[in-house]
Amino acid sequence: MTATVRIPTPLRTVTGGQATVEVAGDDVAGVVAALDAAHPGVAERLLDHRGAVRRFVNIFVDDEDIRFGQGLATPVRDGATVSIIPAVAGG
Amino acid sequence: MSYVTGLRCRECGHAVEVAAVHACEFCFGPLEVAYDYDAMRGAVTREGIAEGPPTLWRYADLLPQLPGTTADDRVDLGAGVTPLVAAPRLGAALGLSDLWLKNDSANPTHSFKDRVVSVALTAARRLGFDTAACASTGNLAQSVAAHAAAAGMRAVVVVPADLERAKVVATAVYGPTLVAVKGTYDEVNRLCGEAAGEYGWAFVNVNVRPYYAEGSKTIGYEIAEQLGWRLPDHVVAPMASGAMLVKIDKAFGELVDLELVADTPWRISGAQASGCAPIATAHRGGADTIRPVVPDTIAKSLAIGDPADGYYALDAVRRTGGAMDDVSDAEIVDAIALLARTEGIFTETAGGVTVGVLRKLVAQGRIEPDERTVAVISGHGLKTLDALGNAYGPTTTITPTLDEFAAAVRLQER
Repeated sequence: MTATVRIPTPLRTVTGGQATVEVAGDDVAGVVAALDAAHPGVAERLLDHRGAVRRFVNIFVDDEDIRFGQGLATPVRDGATVSIIPAVAGG
Repeated sequence: MSYVTGLRCRECGHAVEVAAVHACEFCFGPLEVAYDYDAMRGAVTREGIAEGPPTLWRYADLLPQLPGTTADDRVDLGAGVTPLVAAPRLGAALGLSDLWLKNDSANPTHSFKDRVVSVALTAARRLGFDTAACASTGNLAQSVAAHAAAAGMRAVVVVPADLERAKVVATAVYGPTLVAVKGTYDEVNRLCGEAAGEYGWAFVNVNVRPYYAEGSKTIGYEIAEQLGWRLPDHVVAPMASGAMLVKIDKAFGELVDLELVADTPWRISGAQASGCAPIATAHRGGADTIRPVVPDTIAKSLAIGDPADGYYALDAVRRTGGAMDDVSDAEIVDAIALLARTEGIFTETAGGVTVGVLRKLVAQGRIEPDERTVAVISGHGLKTLDALGNAYGPTTTITPTLDEFAAAVRLQER
């Protein structure tokens, strides 16, 4: 399973400036782990010390917020787009 | 003068220099403007503020006015210093003896958003941007479009396609690029969150959010100054992202720290619509996590299902001993009418949410009858006429004869 991960600006220091990264993974946890293997430091920024998604990190699989799905266990199909987006204020 | 020292992550404390960034590169937490409060102490005075303009810029020293910004550089349509009015008739109807209304519908584009936009675009220009952008539930769109027009900046505003017609017209008239998205506000917000990284624009609620958010502090400063440099006992504020409530609380804390007001306890309470109440729901359940929702409410300006500042709003309400609650669409419409008929103030649905929840909290005994309470009325009723449906219109329609007139007004007097 290969997914395209869209990297937000604050994470691009870790990905060497890359705005998208292709990684393998069956679910969001797998994608984060693969991302961290390719670009060490990603996981600690996205996950807290218990391994949960930090509260100001929003992750979307094919435009669906994973908090509406199964969180880190949300499946990632082949060819999916995973977006990582810092929380933004309202208006 | 500017007391801004940089930006600091509210979660992990990581400090960065002033720039158009909103998320911490280490933990994604929100970056906040940091100030040199020690230097402010004694230098920022009531007298100095009183000598300032009759706008929110009288509090410039307490705002992220970046170094080198002069009064002429401000993007200023005159936002702020809106009326704080005593509300004895609404108070009597609800059972409150000392109720006040902060009427922010009196701002230039008729909502509190003019405060945040004036501050955000002033900072954005100083940071070198010539295009202002935003994701909006409507009020922010109008305010960004208007302020950008006045500043000669390009505006790109992005809204959900199902927005109230009044808000669409009152945005488009200023000549922005107005992008209507078939989706919810949260989807619009996500789109802008991603677009902000790709376009060199100042997205007021994304990359210049640290400056933007500070503008809401001026509601708190004004309430205190208008009460004669005293803090109220209780403030009830509407919550969408939760940022306004958080910033009012922050403003009170700053005024105490700077010894501009006496250190008297205040409580702050938050109001949501039942069709979009993720923060109030978390508060009710004593939860530490806020579960996002898909909004379904007439209070579209509060319809943020994934509230970024919800955690800080929970913190502020719990710390001060305040409360939260939510009201149904029918209760919102009732509250709009109650406010209009008792105090002559016509508010949009968000104000109906605030007054409706205020009524609920008083009835539940969570606001004491004699607490000096301020309700924040955040926007004007003409923005959301659709929400009232056909409930309001002529009492009767007649031909121009005295007989019919007499019959018509007799009908009314009964």
